[in-house]
Amino acid sequence: MQHNRKDKVLIANGQGFWGDSILGPIRLVKEGPLDYLTLDYLAEVTMSIMQKLRARRPDQGYATDFVKLIERILPDLVDKGIRVVANAGGVNPHACKDAVLAVIRKQGYNGIKVAVVEGDDILAGLDGLMAAGETFRNMDTGAPLTDVRERVSSANVYLGAFPIAEALGQGAQIVITGRGTDPGLVLGPLIHEFGWQKGDWDRLAAGTVAGHIVECGAQCTGGNYTDWRDVPNMALIGYPIVEAHPDGSFVVTKHAGTGGMVTRDTVVHQLAYEMGDPAAYITPDVVADFTSFELTDEGHDRVRISGVRGKAETPTYKVSMSFQDGWKSVGQLTVSGPDALAKARLSARVVWERLAYDGFEYSPAERLEEYVGANVCHRGLEVKGADAPSEVVLRLGVKGPDFHKVERFGPELVPLVTSGPPGVTGFAGGRPKATEIIGYWPALITKDKIQPRVTTFEA
Amino acid sequence: MPVVQLQRIAQARSGDKGEGSNVGVLARSEAAYEFLVKVLTSERVRAHFAAINPGGVKRYEAHNIRVLNFLLEDSLGGGGSASLLTDAQGKTHGLALLRMELDVPEAVLAVTPAPAPVGAQR
Repeated sequence: MQHNRKDKVLIANGQGFWGDSILGPIRLVKEGPLDYLTLDYLAEVTMSIMQKLRARRPDQGYATDFVKLIERILPDLVDKGIRVVANAGGVNPHACKDAVLAVIRKQGYNGIKVAVVEGDDILAGLDGLMAAGETFRNMDTGAPLTDVRERVSSANVYLGAFPIAEALGQGAQIVITGRGTDPGLVLGPLIHEFGWQKGDWDRLAAGTVAGHIVECGAQCTGGNYTDWRDVPNMALIGYPIVEAHPDGSFVVTKHAGTGGMVTRDTVVHQLAYEMGDPAAYITPDVVADFTSFELTDEGHDRVRISGVRGKAETPTYKVSMSFQDGWKSVGQLTVSGPDALAKARLSARVVWERLAYDGFEYSPAERLEEYVGANVCHRGLEVKGADAPSEVVLRLGVKGPDFHKVERFGPELVPLVTSGPPGVTGFAGGRPKATEIIGYWPALITKDKIQPRVTTFEA
Repeated sequence: MPVVQLQRIAQARSGDKGEGSNVGVLARSEAAYEFLVKVLTSERVRAHFAAINPGGVKRYEAHNIRVLNFLLEDSLGGGGSASLLTDAQGKTHGLALLRMELDVPEAVLAVTPAPAPVGAQR
């Protein structure tokens, strides 16, 4: 990778999860300068859903929102030379790439390179890996994968940032990956631009911290912020931008004139998000130390971070697997006052007793009773007014391994409207149906069993 | 010592972490951090969340960013897609902890900026 190194690179994240606002990335490419746009579409459960979509249709199994976004922002990407790194590939990155290439051709552009990073999907090779000695013990419980092997529906390795850097080195303007770490979407471009190497632990850690700060989009620019009254113009909240330097120092900021705010406190909020042991944030590339660095609020929506320290990478990749783990069904009704809470409690009892009459009893662990409006989120804490709400949402649910038993619950909810206490309403969603519970199985695999692959295509 | 809610001297963010949640407590001043390191123990946080989290609570410290990080091991009713709870991801657990009442020394309050009062939205 011989090229002129920049001394400053601007990397924004425009998507914190699949379902985040499309306005985030659209405004990022329009409202100010940018070198890279990263987009995070994948959660643990997403991969399992995508495997099912692909099983039904071989051209599905990726984040279709990404293709719709490219349709809208491609002219800006081309005009401004902005490069995109997205984990939109899901379990079918080539189908995603084909859809993106079709958009590029349809809009009349050519010579644009699109790269695919793959090698994360080990579902098809799982039995071979187990025969070769990988036990895939559950990281939380220690149980061996054989306990659930026949119910596994997806298995993906969290790849690191170096394959992304390789794709950028091949000249790709758009890089599509499957499962990788979220911070790697930012670290990959930094490795490419600044020529960072394996073993540059402090700088790899710095890029990882930068990636962690922006990976949930507006959660570091005033979204989900304790002192919400202080946040200006939340409607047009700016998505975050990392202004990074070759030495690993960086500034978190946002485009001038956008809503929200970047302060020491909004950045620290996101540093604390999904935090485990702050001294050991483990990725495939490095172990970053969140207790090592200094934060400086420079004012004007600029927070500088310097002095990040990192330690050597571990010999394993993390694997995220999902498996069929039973069924659940949840529904809700609204109960008005007077005496809303007492009537809602009676309604719940009526549902459980009718089901019991028909031979279906659910243990406390198999059923849920929530009275939304009467302090559901902070249950157990003394909260003023929680014992006398003017109305409540009664939320009932059941779960278990027996589909028939779970499915039986739904039809007994709506009859409350005519055969329960007065003031029961708000039944708009139809009968609750049994849906699959997707279990999560985190495990490890030795790194030499996995070969990430990078392929570049041209429209 | 005045009794105040934790939100007077700290902010918080929470989210899911496997079958549990993490609650990051952000002290509003250095003095507040040093005070909270002493009084906001994992035992106290565990008692506060007794009805939400039947599991254990583990505490980590990050002094450089004035964060105490609490891991609530079993606070999501099964976690992930197995949970039936409204707050299946622990998004509101940070605010729940900020409701905790504490005896805070005047000296700590004097150097710790208070959040904007209700009705002061910009």
